[in-house]
Amino acid sequence: MSLHLSASLGTWLAAALTLCIFSFLYKDNPLYKFAEHLFVGVSAGYYIVLNFWTVIWPNLIVPLGKAAQGLGVDPEHKGPFAAELGDYRAWLVIPGVLGVLLFARLLGRIGWVSRWPLAVIIGVYAGIKTTGFAQGDLVAQVQASLQPILGRTPWETVNAVLFTIGLIASLLFFFFSREHRGALGVASKIGAYFLMIGFGAGYGYTVMSRISLLIGRFQFLLENWLGLR
Amino acid sequence: MQWLERLDRRWIFVVMGLLVLGPLIKPLYLPLSVTEHVRAFAAAIDRVPNGSTVLMSCDYDPSAIPEMVPMTRTAMRQLLSKDCKIVITVLWNAGPGLVDSVTHETAREFPGKRYGVDWINLGYKSGNEAVMVLMGQGIANAFPRDYSGGDTRSYPIMHRVRDYSSFPLLVNISAGYPGTKEWVQQVQARFHLPMVAGVTAVSAPEFYPYLQSGQLQGLLGGMAGAAEYEKARGEKGTATRGMDAQSLGHVFVALCIILGNVVRRTRPAGGTA
Repeated sequence: MSLHLSASLGTWLAAALTLCIFSFLYKDNPLYKFAEHLFVGVSAGYYIVLNFWTVIWPNLIVPLGKAAQGLGVDPEHKGPFAAELGDYRAWLVIPGVLGVLLFARLLGRIGWVSRWPLAVIIGVYAGIKTTGFAQGDLVAQVQASLQPILGRTPWETVNAVLFTIGLIASLLFFFFSREHRGALGVASKIGAYFLMIGFGAGYGYTVMSRISLLIGRFQFLLENWLGLR
Repeated sequence: MQWLERLDRRWIFVVMGLLVLGPLIKPLYLPLSVTEHVRAFAAAIDRVPNGSTVLMSCDYDPSAIPEMVPMTRTAMRQLLSKDCKIVITVLWNAGPGLVDSVTHETAREFPGKRYGVDWINLGYKSGNEAVMVLMGQGIANAFPRDYSGGDTRSYPIMHRVRDYSSFPLLVNISAGYPGTKEWVQQVQARFHLPMVAGVTAVSAPEFYPYLQSGQLQGLLGGMAGAAEYEKARGEKGTATRGMDAQSLGHVFVALCIILGNVVRRTRPAGGTA
C-alpha cells in the first residue's frame, strides 16, 4: 500500500476543510468556525445562483423572451399567447407576477398582498398532496393491512399473527378516549413495546446513516486526497 | 464502573474514528448476506425486457454521496448491461451536476453506449410533486431541455418516450423530500408504474410498509442495502468497502448503549450523573 497524493487544488482544499470540521470533535476552535462560516456563506450564495439559473431563468425568463417574439416550445405554433400543454408562453406573466408579490411582505403596508400567491401555492399543493396521500397511503395501506391470518407456511402465519397483533395494539396505544386500564391498558402496553421495537430499528438505521457519512469522508481523505492504494 | 460516568466523550470519538478508519485501510472481509428485499430490487430490474426504456429518478445531492452514489452506479450498470435505455431526472436542485458526473463515469464503462441514444440526463426541474404530475402528461413537456441545454425532443432516446406508460419500471434513488414517498403517492398509485427504490438508511424504516403492500417491488436501505446490491451483482464498490467499518461502528454503538445502561443501573442510590 502506497501514497499517491492528489495534485488537485480542489481536493486539497476539500481535505483541509474536512479536517477543520473534524477538529470540532476535540473542542470548538477558530479553524472549525472558519470552515462553518465559509460553508454557510458559500451555500447561501450557491443556492441563490443555482435557483436563478435552474428555476427562474429556464422556466420564466427564457420562455417569456421567446413569447415576446411569438415563439414557444412548438415552432409550428406562432403567437405570444398560443399556449398548449407544457408551452405556456406569455401566460407565464401570471405566475411571474405572483412570484414577485411574495416579496410584498417586505413592504409593510401592502404586506397582505403576499397572501395571494401563498394561497395559490397552498391550494395547489394541498390538492396534489391530498389525492396522492389518499391513493398512495390511505387506501393502499389499509388494503395491505387486511391480510389473511393463515399463511401458506407456518412462518407466514406467525408473521401475519404478529403483524395483526402489532397493528391493533399500536392503534389502541393512540386511543385516548378511555383511561388505559384493564384490557385496554394491556393492549396499549403491548402496542408501546411494538412501537419501541420500531423506534429501535429507526435508531439503528439512523446510526448507519451517520456512520456512512463518516465513512464517506474517510474514503475521500484516504482515496481521493492521500491516494492510498 | 463509575469511572465510565466521568469518561471524557472525546475518547468515544477516538475509538469510533479508529474503528471506522482501520477497516478502510486494512479490510476485514466480514461476511455480508443479501437480504430478500435487495434481491427483489435486482430481480425487478432483471424482469424488465431487454432494450426497454426505464425511468430513473436520482433525487439527492452531495450530502448523500456515500449511500446514494453506489446504488446509482450499480443500478445503471445493471440496466445498461441489459441494453436498456435510461431516462434520468433529478428533483433536487443541487443534484444534477453530481448525478451527471456519476452517470457519465458509469456509462464510460460501456464503450458502445452513447448519450442521447442509450441514456439521457434531463436535469433538474423545480416543483416537486407538481413535476411528477406534469410528467404524467408528457415527459418532454416537463423537461423541454436536458441537463446540457439541448432540446429534449431532438434526442433519439426520447422518440419512443411519451409519458409514464412508456416505461416498464421506475428506479428511484432518493435521499429525502421529494423522493420515494412522493413517487409512490403521485406516480405508482396514480399511474400504476412498477417501482423500486434505494433510500438513505435514516429514511428506510418509513418505506417498509410500501414494500409489504407491494407498492415497492424492492428496496435498498442505506449503505448496507447498496453493499448487498453490489454483492448480488458481483461488484465490489465503495459501499462494499465501507461495510467492515459500518459493522464495527455499529458494534461499538451497541456496546456504548449497553455500558451506559449498566452504569445507570449500578449507580449508588441518590447518585447523580
